[in-house]
Amino acid sequence: MISWIQILSTWTIPVLIAFIPLYASFRKVPVYESFIDGAKDGFQTAVGIIPHLVGMMTAISMFRASGAMDAMIGLIRPFLEGIGIPGEVLPLALLRPITGAGSLAFVTDLIKEHGPDSFVARIASTIQGSTDTTLYVLTVYFGAIGIRNSRYALKVGLLSDFIGFFAAVAACWLMFGLV
Amino acid sequence: MVNWIWMGMIVVSVLFGAANGKMEKVAEAAFGGAQTGVTVCLGLVSILVFWMGLMRIAEDAGLVRKISRLLAPVVKRLFPDVPAEHPAMGYILSNMSANLLGLGNAATPMGIKAMQELQKLNSNPTIATPAMCTLLALNTASITLVPTTMIAIRMNFGSLHPADIVAPTLLATLISTGAAVIIDRWYRKRNRFPPTSTLIHKDGAASHSTTLYNPSAPTGGG
Repeated sequence: MISWIQILSTWTIPVLIAFIPLYASFRKVPVYESFIDGAKDGFQTAVGIIPHLVGMMTAISMFRASGAMDAMIGLIRPFLEGIGIPGEVLPLALLRPITGAGSLAFVTDLIKEHGPDSFVARIASTIQGSTDTTLYVLTVYFGAIGIRNSRYALKVGLLSDFIGFFAAVAACWLMFGLV
Repeated sequence: MVNWIWMGMIVVSVLFGAANGKMEKVAEAAFGGAQTGVTVCLGLVSILVFWMGLMRIAEDAGLVRKISRLLAPVVKRLFPDVPAEHPAMGYILSNMSANLLGLGNAATPMGIKAMQELQKLNSNPTIATPAMCTLLALNTASITLVPTTMIAIRMNFGSLHPADIVAPTLLATLISTGAAVIIDRWYRKRNRFPPTSTLIHKDGAASHSTTLYNPSAPTGGG
């Protein structure tokens, strides 16, 4: 089971990188020109995140440097570590559904503090990568068509984020075990 | 909400810094944080440029349409009140396929078009229909095949195996999407009243009797 999962991690990207151009040239797509066309957007996207990430990284770095982060995590740690969840990731569970840039900054801060291959950083990366920002999606999609009463949609989004949080922790336990 | 969180963190930091006598460190952290923000984004350039180039090839090759066709039988079951040949279904499928490929920039306009089409099936344009809620649930959970941003950031901080989060991410995203579908189903069944009848709109009120009182309730305004 574990080795199967590791193979999935190692193979997904190279297989996609080979399969997509191969499939495309089979469909008579000028693959290199398509690549260059799309790649131009990548730069825009990366640069476009700068203001968001600078704003959030500043706030989170200050929060950590002042000792407020430790105080907050110290309060919740005992409740979580009993069930195998590092206390450091809990603020992420709260931030993730609300702000994409904020949670990205928080994960970056954890990676910086604990190292990219630490258990905490891996859980945080998994949480960040496996779901979208519920409030943002709700605002954009329902805002675009003028829905004011979203009924149970927010509850569904937040509950599935909650389950996703535990799923991410469990998946990392399964994959990386005790680190 | 974001405004409050952001301001709250900064104000609390300054107060804590003052109380702990760490003002100097807080000031340093402000600029250090800003610098990390820029460094991280610039570090994303390489992977995002490459990945979005690759994904454009996938798009041009019609992979979105291909995946749409594969997803169609499953997705139709998730939207029982949308007629199979309605244009909304096409957009829903493109939205989900683009999400699956990690084409966030393509997924959002498709999703909005799908919402606009679903709005045409809506009897009350300010209240979400069950189909809209399902589409939203799928997008908030958003199945992710390759978490490119996280791989890039881990790479920049010197990870030995930056891509080893692919499998746990896939597992977590499948579980949370599955959960979103199940929870959405549950709410959809529980709230089986016509979206316009605000009189019996209270949650927790016996939903069974609601269905009884409205035996011919149009299933979700669709």
